[in-house]
Amino acid sequence: MDSLNIDDEVTTRRSIIKPVTEKIAKLRESSVNSDVKISHERAQLITEFYLNKNEDLSVVMTRALAFKYLMEKVSLPIEEGQLIVGMRGTGEKEVSSFPEVCCHGLDDLSVLNSREKNPYKVNQETFQIYEEKIIPFWKDKSMREKIFSNMSEEWKEAYYAGIFTEFMEQRVPGHTSGGELIFSNGISSLTNSIIAKKENSLSQAELEELKAMEIVGEAIVIYANRYSSNLKEMAHGEEKQTRKEELLEMAKICSQVPKEKPNSFWAALQHYWFIHVGIITESNPWDSFNPGRLDQFLLPFYQKDIQEGKLTRERAKELLEAFWLKFNAHPAPPKVGVTAQESNTYNDFSKINIGGLKEDGSDGVNDVSYLLLEVLEEMRTLQPNTAVLISKRTPNRFIEKALHVSSHGFGEPPIFSHDTMIMMLLRQGKSLEDARMSGVSGCVETGAFGKESYILTGYFNLPKVLEITLNNGIDPITNKKIGVTTGDPLEFQSFEEVYSAFSEQLSYFIDIKMDGNDIIEELYATNLPVPFLSLWIEDCIKNAKDYNSGGSRYNTQYIQIVGLGTITDSLASLKHNVYETKKYSMKQVLEALKNNFAGNEVMHQIFRNKTPKFGNDDDFADNLAQLVFNDSIKIVENYPLSPVRKATRRVYGLPTTCHVYFGSVCQATPDGREAKIALSEGISPVQGADRIGISGVFRSIGKLDHIKSGGTLLNQKLSPDLVNDDEVMTKLAQLIRAYFAMNAHHVQFNVVSADLLKQAQEKPEKFRDLMVRVAGYSDYFVNLPLGLQEEIIKRTEQTIL
Amino acid sequence: MQHGTIFDIKQFAVHDGPGIRTTVFLKGCTLSCQWCHNPEGISPSLDLFFNSYLCMKCNTCFNLCPNEAIIDDSKITILRELCDKCMLCANDCPTEALQKSGRSINSTELMEEILKSTIYYDFSEGGVTFSGGEPLLQSSFLKEVLEKCKKEGIHTTLDTSGYSSLKILKSVIDYIDLFLFDLKLINERLHKEFTGVPNKQIIENLRFITQTRSNDVIIRIPIIPGITSTDQNIEDILTLLSSLNMVKEVNLLPFHNVSEKYDRLGMEYKLDHVRAPSDEEMAKVKERFEEKGFKVK
Repeated sequence: MDSLNIDDEVTTRRSIIKPVTEKIAKLRESSVNSDVKISHERAQLITEFYLNKNEDLSVVMTRALAFKYLMEKVSLPIEEGQLIVGMRGTGEKEVSSFPEVCCHGLDDLSVLNSREKNPYKVNQETFQIYEEKIIPFWKDKSMREKIFSNMSEEWKEAYYAGIFTEFMEQRVPGHTSGGELIFSNGISSLTNSIIAKKENSLSQAELEELKAMEIVGEAIVIYANRYSSNLKEMAHGEEKQTRKEELLEMAKICSQVPKEKPNSFWAALQHYWFIHVGIITESNPWDSFNPGRLDQFLLPFYQKDIQEGKLTRERAKELLEAFWLKFNAHPAPPKVGVTAQESNTYNDFSKINIGGLKEDGSDGVNDVSYLLLEVLEEMRTLQPNTAVLISKRTPNRFIEKALHVSSHGFGEPPIFSHDTMIMMLLRQGKSLEDARMSGVSGCVETGAFGKESYILTGYFNLPKVLEITLNNGIDPITNKKIGVTTGDPLEFQSFEEVYSAFSEQLSYFIDIKMDGNDIIEELYATNLPVPFLSLWIEDCIKNAKDYNSGGSRYNTQYIQIVGLGTITDSLASLKHNVYETKKYSMKQVLEALKNNFAGNEVMHQIFRNKTPKFGNDDDFADNLAQLVFNDSIKIVENYPLSPVRKATRRVYGLPTTCHVYFGSVCQATPDGREAKIALSEGISPVQGADRIGISGVFRSIGKLDHIKSGGTLLNQKLSPDLVNDDEVMTKLAQLIRAYFAMNAHHVQFNVVSADLLKQAQEKPEKFRDLMVRVAGYSDYFVNLPLGLQEEIIKRTEQTIL
Repeated sequence: MQHGTIFDIKQFAVHDGPGIRTTVFLKGCTLSCQWCHNPEGISPSLDLFFNSYLCMKCNTCFNLCPNEAIIDDSKITILRELCDKCMLCANDCPTEALQKSGRSINSTELMEEILKSTIYYDFSEGGVTFSGGEPLLQSSFLKEVLEKCKKEGIHTTLDTSGYSSLKILKSVIDYIDLFLFDLKLINERLHKEFTGVPNKQIIENLRFITQTRSNDVIIRIPIIPGITSTDQNIEDILTLLSSLNMVKEVNLLPFHNVSEKYDRLGMEYKLDHVRAPSDEEMAKVKERFEEKGFKVK
């Protein structure tokens, strides 16, 4: 088959976008084309509130009243023609800031306003309000400052050296997803549970938490009622009869939810959306918030409305597409510094899970699952993200449909093994039913939806730890000693000695990270309770405990390891070239790494081409990947439960954009990677190092014991020729099923040619709509930083024979 | 134990038979079809690729070559006539600009490679395909591997030019589940001109296989504009196929220019002037086979 030329590739990509109605097409156009701005309204309101707050109140009550103040005062934008209302910020893509978490200085605002990639426009008024009101009040009071002032010197040195990042320095924990509780409860029923709970004998702190939960419940109802009145008024002035009726229906729905549980498909979407807006206004949790297993939750509403003749499939699709655009209207809260580098995107990772198993273990694929895949394909917006869950019981038709959508090139949906997730969660001690109602949020993070707080604490740079090992504890970039003394590598007589020194450094830095995690957890529990989020996650009410204090049924804490491919190939190179073939001495290698292979081009190429690499089903390298993977998990899981939330400690393997940042702080590595170049991403092989094709990659990756992690990310780039061939798609589906039979967790595809990407680099203005898979999310290619663009181009393009 | 020479093992091969397959390319072929896609499969001994775009002129090869077959000038040049394919250069070339094609492997080692993908065969009803070169040229080795595949319950496919003695064919036929049988030209003179060998034996072998196994044969026809795609040749192929026990499926393989690969091997490519068939041409040929009741892919 001939390769598609670039024009065909672009035309095919663009022709897929087909919103179901004219109305949605218009809404989409406006959503996709609006610029991202900072909206100072929330920051201003919360500052006002805190300036006048009652000093005698507990922290959680203050936070609850602050939330109520916001819900009473924030503006109520309504996009023209929208069917769902509620928005954080003053308009589409007008993003709120959270000075109580991270107070941006004027310099930060200037950077946000003017940076080339992913800017947040800041207007003069915002600068002024920040300068006069917000900064003077929050300076020295924000969580970010509290965190940094509480960290040890060792922690700070490791942080600034790029050994790890810290997730909570600009955003609050979050990391959870909605469960069935949301769709089967309104504020009324939750308030009843709270009142019932109050009958028990409780501590003062527990009573305060419950009181706070009641207040935030009232607050969201106030917010919905305000919308209801506005909608009624709009309906009054509306001339077009169909729109008038729509507005009246919306007003009615907003007077019912979230006070009561929803009673229709439309109301269910609106209900969720109010809760979503509440959670992301209360604080700025990572990964926004997620509706979880949406096809499972919506099915009863869908079936009932269809049966009663109140809904058609097309109208359901229109509502879902309107719902889709609500997510797209909410870019991530502004990130600066290291946080911007580790997560350099507008995408806020809100994820919709599709497919998988039901609570009773039967197949969960239903009509709404297919509807959601169609919506995903037709809308192609930056947000929301999706996840397709595949189990042994999933029909082939569904996986092939998902692959078909994926084959159109914008990287969605990623494909997950639900069976593996269930095993992961069972290993962690979750009940079978809760494990079956699990899914993934963020990028690839498995969690018991609606019942678990699974906090990501930061990325961890494995290759940098090797670099420090090879310099006996010294960071060669700064010449500072930040690690422990593990011996002069020139004295190491065997590879085992190298590895044992590495392992010692690894334990040392994980220890520093864990100490920091404990302090930060306590800081959040004390200073930033989230009573509104706590309402929606089981068992916070039952435990009369805040989400940030460990109120959830399950509490987990994660470190995300980065650069598994790079560290594996680096270790393999040392083992092969220094200790087995003895082609080079350690001295020669270290010298070459220091000089970025200058004058050592032969060695450089031998490291790249004549050395065993992870991703080719070669046990020499793959066994080292297993070793590092298992040891990282063993070290992390060995820590006792966290002090406040009593969380177990776990490991994820995902990078977002952190592999680019982490690469920038590393000199050259023994796998032949040059200084400052991106590391490998997720648990994928090094870009271009996998040379025997996708089935070999799957076999290598399949050797890792994914069940011991909480999620692992594998990127594969496929040649676009694949799109046209149904037979290949069927075989790809079979290949994925076999891969999942190896208990692997995830795979996602970029179906895009390197030529197209290169052309987009040259003429970004012509390819603004070109979306590609980055890590656990897709993004506009031209918005990516250059290092990331290069990294994606370098990924091996798997062709089909 | 038998040893064989192979030049590649492709995994996740999806166009060489049912399901997901591993395709093993055996080295050596009596034919020398001018359009051959795998010219490195023709010679039974080792071949040397020179991927000049990868060369960084480090002179490793120049220093290693015992035959002075490498000239280090403004660029590296290989004097093919002096090269005895000792492969010292390819073994040590840091960038893989010099690349060896072909390696010796015994049947146990090959089975290990084949069995690595068992999980994929199981999920897709796939298996292993032997291609080349002409696998039947290494019939003892092939037979030993085929026997082992049958013992493991792996589906086997033979991709063959059909050029072999009937005796050899008979020695392996029972171990083969599916034949991908190439038909190129029916006119004997043209066949000899473009492939280097006569086709009488090929046609006899096809007749032999289809007598008992017509359900297990897929005919593969390379569509080379002006050579195999002529009305006359297609007509001749149809006539031949109609005279056989009914074969169900025909695969049409469109010509691609692969001159670049011949360059890298230092071989002459004779079809540089031939263009790939258009979609319309392919559709037209397809229609002719479909009219006669063949399933065409």
